[in-house]
Amino acid sequence: MSRYFTEDHEWIDVDGDVGTVGISDYAQGQLGDIVFVDVPESGKSLAKGDEAAVVESVKAASDVYSPVSGTVVEGNPALTEEPGLVNTDAETEGWFFKLTLSDVSELDTLMDEAAYEAFVANL
Amino acid sequence: MSDHDDDDVIIETLLLPLDGWHRARGGRMVEFAGYWMPVQYEGIMAEHLWTRENAGLFDVSHMGQLTFTSDDGGDVVAALEALMPADIAGLALNRARYSLLLNESGGILDDLMLTRQAKDRVYMVVNGATKYDDIGHMIEHLPDEITLNLMEGHALLALQGPKAVDALARLIPGVEAMVFMQAGAFEWQGHDLWISRSGYTGEDGFEISIAAEGAEALAEALTAQPEVKPIGLGARDSLRLEAGLPLYGHDLSTEATPVMADLGFALFKRRREAADFPGAERILAERESGPIVKRVGLLVEGRQPVREGAAVVDADGSEVGHVTSGGFAPSVGAPIAMAYVPLALATPGTSIQLAQRGKVHAATVTTMPFVPHRYFRGAK
Repeated sequence: MSRYFTEDHEWIDVDGDVGTVGISDYAQGQLGDIVFVDVPESGKSLAKGDEAAVVESVKAASDVYSPVSGTVVEGNPALTEEPGLVNTDAETEGWFFKLTLSDVSELDTLMDEAAYEAFVANL
Repeated sequence: MSDHDDDDVIIETLLLPLDGWHRARGGRMVEFAGYWMPVQYEGIMAEHLWTRENAGLFDVSHMGQLTFTSDDGGDVVAALEALMPADIAGLALNRARYSLLLNESGGILDDLMLTRQAKDRVYMVVNGATKYDDIGHMIEHLPDEITLNLMEGHALLALQGPKAVDALARLIPGVEAMVFMQAGAFEWQGHDLWISRSGYTGEDGFEISIAAEGAEALAEALTAQPEVKPIGLGARDSLRLEAGLPLYGHDLSTEATPVMADLGFALFKRRREAADFPGAERILAERESGPIVKRVGLLVEGRQPVREGAAVVDADGSEVGHVTSGGFAPSVGAPIAMAYVPLALATPGTSIQLAQRGKVHAATVTTMPFVPHRYFRGAK
């Protein structure tokens, strides 16, 4: 399984043609206390870069974009009751949604973990 | 991901006396009212709840501290009364009062706190973002005999929360004897202080004016107390929202009169009877027959915060009002908001609908504060 990152601080784990998407630990730290997450419903079709989810901290609302094109398989039901999972477990339990990728080659445009770390270090 | 709201571009952002202290304490600095200020240290939620339980230290040195005096027989009290609806003549020495700077048509130019330091001397605290406009307005309208001094070399610290009195009285004995909206001169380690028992969180607490040179030592001494942590602007905003206190530039503007803003308590009886404050004719008529719109509190259903700029919509989806402040309320555990709505919708218990980014949210008009005030009004 490989993990990729976007410049907008989403991550995606890819296993076969199914991806799991969340926001990075850096991103949750910047947002602060997360109080609400709106995840997409299964069956929703997303193009790369589409607004896929909304995450709200005490301070502000932010969009989460889909790192790749595909069809949503499920949104993370745990985030409805416990949006704070994004703060405590951003890159594991706090995932936002899973989707089936329609074009695996889009992953080539994303950063790997080392490249993302270097990207964040320069912010 | 990206924020919905863009930051304003400010050409020169100024440093406040405690800038280095905030950075050393891990404060995340943002531009606010033309200054770099800490928005949070450990997190807004934790800081908010800490202040409600213990005591929080807020740096509010961006606010304008002003004094009004006269050397040649000018009447400071009468001159200031001409600009606002407060009864200053009836204000005892060392007592503070909330008031509103009004324009000719009764619109709110700023909200402020004033304290009568002597018979003919008034100390005033105005909002940071509006202080230079306020000064311009006052210089234009005050008689020449009145001297307005901006205390630029002074910091202002707010210590807020139920344990604020314990922490402050340990350093500065005597402050515990004051009651809400009382003020006085104190001294700490050779620094002159002006302290009032007031604040912007709904909790008991104090606001402390000190010359910039002493500010860091005082902040250090206060945060060394076990009850006290430094608190950022983020929690200041969520605390004041829960306390039902309006924020100028958001919940108050020249578009609103004191009656529309539901600040009728600031219209003092003597001044209403004399009808001698700016915009009195319009404001008194509104007070009599009701304003067209009114500021109300809203309990928002669900978990998603509804924020400033969201529309209040009627059954047909037409915009009939707007949200001026909103967010998740840590002590309430739910989203809350302030909005201007038509008078017919302003009664507590009224169900209304809010539209934000293509989504409709149900809300109920409620009385404010959302969290009860706990001001100290005297020993029980």
